[in-house]
Amino acid sequence: MSPASRFASVGNGEAVDYSRVPVVPIEDFRSAILRMAAAGRRLCALLSTGVAGGPPAGLLAVLADDAGGRLYLAASEPVTSYKALTPELPQAHLFEREIFESSGITPEGHPWPKPVRLVPADKVTFFQETGEEIHEVAVGPIHAGIIEPGHFRFQCHGETVHHLEIQLGYQHRGVERLLRGGPDSRSLSIAETICGDTAIAHGWAYCAINEALGGASLSLRAEALRAVALELERLANHIGDLGAISNDIGYLPAMSYFGRMRGDYLNLLMLASGNRFGKGLLRPGGLAFDLSEEMCASMAGTVRLGLKHLEQVAGMFFGEPSVISRLEETGVISRKVCDDLGLVGVCARAAGADRDVRQDHPFGFYRFRHIPSTILDTGDVFSRAMVRFLEAQRSMEFLSALLGHLPAGSASGPCGAPAANHIAVALIEGWRGEVCHVAKTGAGRKFEWYKVVDPSFHNWMGLAMTMRGGEISDFPLCNKSFNLSYCGHDL
Amino acid sequence: MIDIINNRLEQGYRTSSFPDGDPGLPERFRGRPLLKPELCSAGCAACAESCPTKAITPASAGGKKGALTLDTGKCLFCTECLAACPSGAVSFTKDHRLAASRRGDLLLSSNEARLAESLGEELRRLFGRSLKLRQVSAGGCGACEADLNVLNTVIYDLGRFGIQFVASPRHADGLIITGPVTRHMSEALKIAYAAIPEPRIVIASGACAISGGPYAGSEDQLGGASAVVPVDLFIPGCPPHPVTVLDGLLRLLGRIS
Repeated sequence: MSPASRFASVGNGEAVDYSRVPVVPIEDFRSAILRMAAAGRRLCALLSTGVAGGPPAGLLAVLADDAGGRLYLAASEPVTSYKALTPELPQAHLFEREIFESSGITPEGHPWPKPVRLVPADKVTFFQETGEEIHEVAVGPIHAGIIEPGHFRFQCHGETVHHLEIQLGYQHRGVERLLRGGPDSRSLSIAETICGDTAIAHGWAYCAINEALGGASLSLRAEALRAVALELERLANHIGDLGAISNDIGYLPAMSYFGRMRGDYLNLLMLASGNRFGKGLLRPGGLAFDLSEEMCASMAGTVRLGLKHLEQVAGMFFGEPSVISRLEETGVISRKVCDDLGLVGVCARAAGADRDVRQDHPFGFYRFRHIPSTILDTGDVFSRAMVRFLEAQRSMEFLSALLGHLPAGSASGPCGAPAANHIAVALIEGWRGEVCHVAKTGAGRKFEWYKVVDPSFHNWMGLAMTMRGGEISDFPLCNKSFNLSYCGHDL
Repeated sequence: MIDIINNRLEQGYRTSSFPDGDPGLPERFRGRPLLKPELCSAGCAACAESCPTKAITPASAGGKKGALTLDTGKCLFCTECLAACPSGAVSFTKDHRLAASRRGDLLLSSNEARLAESLGEELRRLFGRSLKLRQVSAGGCGACEADLNVLNTVIYDLGRFGIQFVASPRHADGLIITGPVTRHMSEALKIAYAAIPEPRIVIASGACAISGGPYAGSEDQLGGASAVVPVDLFIPGCPPHPVTVLDGLLRLLGRIS
């Protein structure tokens, strides 16, 4: 029997009757996941299906076959403990910690089964190196800038970092618990604030879940408008990140220009929705706002001029030898580490992994029009910066072409209540990477549970790995080159 | 070098003319809500039912005709109430001036704006021309934080008003807080507050920091900054637009009125 036969196969943004998800003994569940992973499938989500205080629960896995464009779902029978996947499948490490923390199911043999987010970081233990002249540097939760809180613990020998442990959870505010029992009047607002700089991608994933479960189909215009919004969000953040990287290396002209240009795309989202982050723009069934022809023309004009300015400023930035020498070979992630940890998004594509949901599991308008993915292979800060620049260029070209020829139709349509006892998966390529939402409804057509996986959940360990053997002074730059979300991780 | 000069010429002068000029907000920008209770029909509570944060009390609350009220400290400035209201009794103006000195001033019933007042004479003498703020995110989604950061760009150039975000609370005159104040951040927030020399001020920026926003009622958070520290300025929004924040800061310092 092939490992795939132990799974239910679904497409991105599809729902299936939950009874079609195979429930197998934990040993079979475990070995099927390992065999799938050995064949190149990726773990998008691994969770416990139980709710606090509920009956004993099993595990549920969502694996992605990126080459085949399919997603695979399987569940295990209820367990209280099982042999951890992490020693053989490192990309499961944080999922298994999360399962241990939230459901009490013990992944036996997990190398580091400490809390993820439900326990304050000052109540947990940290890995500690000992030896002559080894010292420890503790940073956070409050950092030096206007930035979210998190705690970083470095084990150092002189300037050299041997190990970095990142402990988050300060931003935990109960996202998944609040989504449980929905959809209700605040579910969409919760989804849009899972990670405010990714309001479109998370909002879209939430809408896609509802549309899959409610059997809604969107007009081509609505699909196109959502793609416009998602690419504007990507542009604002990619260009903002280039500015933040410029700031961290002290190259202030580029910081000022990128910083100013970032605002143009937030302002375009505001033009469309009245909110600079596009909050309130999407809703199940379509969008709350359509774009007039004048708005499209104005947007296209801004994007065209923006492309010229981006190329000029990026030309200045990447043309400066001292910039390049600071970025190259700093904070390297090898392809092997990238794949072992299951990294996604910009940092994976900068390490040579051709991994982009828009291409691998195309959703919405990306089924009809493609954006070429951008792959570099040096895995350093330079490649993460360059991928951002190149992706911003591709997004601008996409927008320029699309805004002149938006399909006709209505921007919004009906979306019914979710079907009972179904499960749906939605993947959206946000600007950081793969945003994954998985939800199951009960008999009452409400969410029995709702799982959110922000790309940062996969990628924080990648940042920790860039520091091994590096200098502690490289940390801010490495951190900016990932620019991961605290609130998206902490939920 | 020539590249830098060429880019400098191409980029031009970008600093906004605000607060002297028009803030340049687009048509769909949603600022101060406008309430028209006379348009409400008896028994209708469609706006209140649609509101994600229960910011609205309908004119007919409790079965009898009362005042239509909207709490901008809870409001996310989404459009659910607009879509739900059959008569247009709730709408949003383009007025970006939303900040207030007292929590109660955010509860709109009439359409009289109760804008933020300036600090007392002594505090204004101390901070009026030089205000250093320490920002603390306590469960914020990153949007409020991002639009505070924007004040440092060339567009808003916060430094020209003598206002600066600083790293250490020891160097700060006050805190600007975002997020609903998660349980896990409350201790760090208290420590940061205690580290600021007196006299000090506290600003709550965004619906979460004022009321918990969409997270109000979640057991993992405390329902905003006031639960932990006394607040001197409330800036509504999800997130507040940079000009709304700037307007609030300048009013607090008595720089505009």
